[in-house]
Amino acid sequence: MTLPVFMFYLISATILLFSVMTIASRKMLRSAIYLLFVLIATSGFYFLLNYQFLAGVQLTLYAGGIVVLIIFSILLTSHISHKFKRPSTWKLWMGLTVLVIGSATALWVILLQPFSKDPALKTVPVTMHLIGNQLLGLGKNGYVLPFELISILLIAAMIAAIVVAKKESN
Amino acid sequence: MIQGLSIYHFLVVSTLMFFIGITGFIIRQNLITILLSVELILNSVVINFLVFNRFLYPDQLQGHFFSLFIIGIAAAEASVAVALIINIYRRIRNINADNVNEMKF
Repeated sequence: MTLPVFMFYLISATILLFSVMTIASRKMLRSAIYLLFVLIATSGFYFLLNYQFLAGVQLTLYAGGIVVLIIFSILLTSHISHKFKRPSTWKLWMGLTVLVIGSATALWVILLQPFSKDPALKTVPVTMHLIGNQLLGLGKNGYVLPFELISILLIAAMIAAIVVAKKESN
Repeated sequence: MIQGLSIYHFLVVSTLMFFIGITGFIIRQNLITILLSVELILNSVVINFLVFNRFLYPDQLQGHFFSLFIIGIAAAEASVAVALIINIYRRIRNINADNVNEMKF
């Protein structure tokens, strides 16, 4: 077993274990920390696939930004030792049924699908130079329009978050 | 291309992660835990985009850029969701999804 294969199995075991613990834990802060582990392990996948830039984005934005935001909101809205009550049996069975049937169907379809790569395609090295040129490119393989749209979306979300969470002055 | 790993390995992991997220979405009542499940779902989708990019179309970076945009949109979504959750908490003093059944007071 080579090192990448070993790392793959290690990372997938981490991801699956902590995903289950994220939804199964009855303490909210622990759920958030387990989600943090899932996100860090996912960035390991990106390193494995040779997308170093995206792995960095994942670590800073997801693991650094979103998880901190969620932990803040947990601390603001609930007591730290608060435990949820168990989900009702009906809901639990419904969730498990969706898990089993859904993943069985999806895996059945995926494993029967013959994915074949066109051998004529050459692998392009993912360099910062290429990423920057394509992200702000106007021509073929240029992504400047979604880039600008997402900047508008982010500022709209920022203003919306401030307006929604602002204390009403009365 | 990675020695010893096929596209199926990655797809199995991301599929299981996706459905674990959906299960969490169903069985939990707390709004923040539902948000955590949504993050799980988004992450599995990002893995899928990257895997298809790397294994089937390695001559371009389409999956890479879409993953980048998904991560950006997830950040925006999380910030708005947290603002809404804090506002709901301020009004009804808890954040159970079952108790949020009125649009306006």
